[in-house]
Amino acid sequence: MTSRHQGPGHMLHLVFCTLVFVFLIAPILVVVPLSFNVEPYFTFTEGMLRFDPSAYSLRWYATVLGDESWLRALANSLIIGVSATVLATVLGTLAALGLSNPAMPARPAVMGLLISPMVTPVIISAAGMFFFYSSVGLSQTHIGLILAHAALGTPFVVITVTATLASFDRNLTRAGASLGAGPWRVFRRVQLPLIAPGVISGALFAFAASFDEVVTVLFMGGVDQRTVPREMWAGIREQISPAILAVATLLIAFALALMGTVEWLRRRGASEAA
Amino acid sequence: MKSDTPYVEFLGIHKSYDGVTPIVSDLELIVHQGEFLTLLGPSGSGKTTCLMMLAGFETPSAGEIRVAGKPVDDVPPRKRDIGMVFQNYALFPHMTVGGNLAFPLQARGLDAATIAERVQQALQLVRLDGFEDRRPGQLSGGQQQRVAIARALVFEPNLVLMDEPLGALDRRLREEMQFEIRRIQRTLGVTVVYVTHDQQEAMAMSDRVAVFNAGRIEQVASPEVLYEEPERPFVASFIGDNNLLHGRVQAVEGDTVHVEAGGHVVKAFMVVPCSAGDEVVLAIRPERVGLAPEHGRYSNEFEVKIDDMAFLGDHLRVQTSFAGSDFVVKIPNIVGHGGVLAGDQVRLGWTTTDCRALAPA
Repeated sequence: MTSRHQGPGHMLHLVFCTLVFVFLIAPILVVVPLSFNVEPYFTFTEGMLRFDPSAYSLRWYATVLGDESWLRALANSLIIGVSATVLATVLGTLAALGLSNPAMPARPAVMGLLISPMVTPVIISAAGMFFFYSSVGLSQTHIGLILAHAALGTPFVVITVTATLASFDRNLTRAGASLGAGPWRVFRRVQLPLIAPGVISGALFAFAASFDEVVTVLFMGGVDQRTVPREMWAGIREQISPAILAVATLLIAFALALMGTVEWLRRRGASEAA
Repeated sequence: MKSDTPYVEFLGIHKSYDGVTPIVSDLELIVHQGEFLTLLGPSGSGKTTCLMMLAGFETPSAGEIRVAGKPVDDVPPRKRDIGMVFQNYALFPHMTVGGNLAFPLQARGLDAATIAERVQQALQLVRLDGFEDRRPGQLSGGQQQRVAIARALVFEPNLVLMDEPLGALDRRLREEMQFEIRRIQRTLGVTVVYVTHDQQEAMAMSDRVAVFNAGRIEQVASPEVLYEEPERPFVASFIGDNNLLHGRVQAVEGDTVHVEAGGHVVKAFMVVPCSAGDEVVLAIRPERVGLAPEHGRYSNEFEVKIDDMAFLGDHLRVQTSFAGSDFVVKIPNIVGHGGVLAGDQVRLGWTTTDCRALAPA
């Protein structure tokens, strides 16, 4: 037992894992205490390192929550994010249902096409969207950004719903039909409740994709479409202030809540399938 | 309840997925009103495909299916009003038992009071009173099976299809459910088309059995007729045990044919007309063969050596070879079964009528 756990291979393994965690998590974690800095600096002050309570404050949170441009950005992020999520969820679920039908022709090709926004570099799709949306008068509008973000979010829904459908028993829809229910009733009463965990986690990913997105917003968004990430981008470039760190900390907390919800849904789905 | 009115008609049904390999060919089958008809065959013989075509989940490549005299090919499954019990039950896992049973009634727009009453009746029918608030996951396999049957019956269809419904149950429960399904079918008088690969199940439950092999029906008859009067070698070997001997007709004499097989001449009953020189397959049931100490008791008597034997409780299974083939004899375990031993030379005998000369497959 002991020799196996203390060999040089095991040590290497531990070092490697530790490094992975340090590089993944440290940049995120370091933001959190800095956001409570009483001074307008991006570095740890002496007082902070001594854990002096007076070196910490909530002033940057107050700044953010009292600033009209940040609040407008938050409202924009929510409006665009929620609308894009609804669109992406409906379209992605429908696409996954169609792709799960063995009678559907050219399934791999259509699947690849639907997933492509996830694989294509965002800068390329964003540039392409900018030219296309401009020519139809949709750039610098909320609707344009919502459509763009829906396109970016749909692949997440397609993937999660397709995965849930893989374990879905097709006999259940057949049973529904044999019992006299029309396709809509079968979908709403039988299929949707059973694939709901996949639909919801896809929706959360789609929302996160829109909520984090900055490249498309840079290309397509006008002054009225500034979202939270866009505002942070401007903040970093124009006015170096720990207010950005406060926003970042809020976003991290938000992302953790989203991930927690996804995991909870996944477990619930797993226990129901068992 | 059983009548001679055709209820389901398969007329010249052909089914192929790729247009080349037939799954079902030249299928002609009539199911009478109130009848319990079983489609029996090995896996891949086309029996489930036939059931799925009747349910509307598969479309025949050619031919016509009629239910109650009307073609159903353009009727979608939900409008066929056919109850169906699936192999894995296909109960809705997120609904209670009551919710599962109410589903077809809600789809038909019945009012809540009627639905509640019909759900209760259906639960009583399958003896699951008081289970309406359980979820399928909380029930045993046999209970789930009963719920699936109740759900297929609750909307009072005239026709119920069952696709290997007992396959997942253990043997004891399977036998119990066979009687249960039969009791319910007789009580309600519904027409049932049942699919199984288990010949004992088919024999125990059915009014008639259609034996499938490689996409064709070999014979449709009552269990007794299938066992006593098989018309084809496949049926003879698939239903119960049979010794099959290949031979050639020497002479025909009324209903009796003299068949040369492996150097012996065997007298057999002629099932299909044949003449001298024709190849035939002889089918002899192991339990219809007797040990014949005195001469002249049977029309066929031959000397064989016992290769091996096994004691199986109610009978002895004796392994011999005759006319170049393995030949099995079952001797009932009753007083005076002969006291034979492996290695003994014995006389075997059987009557002409117990030896059926069939056309080769």
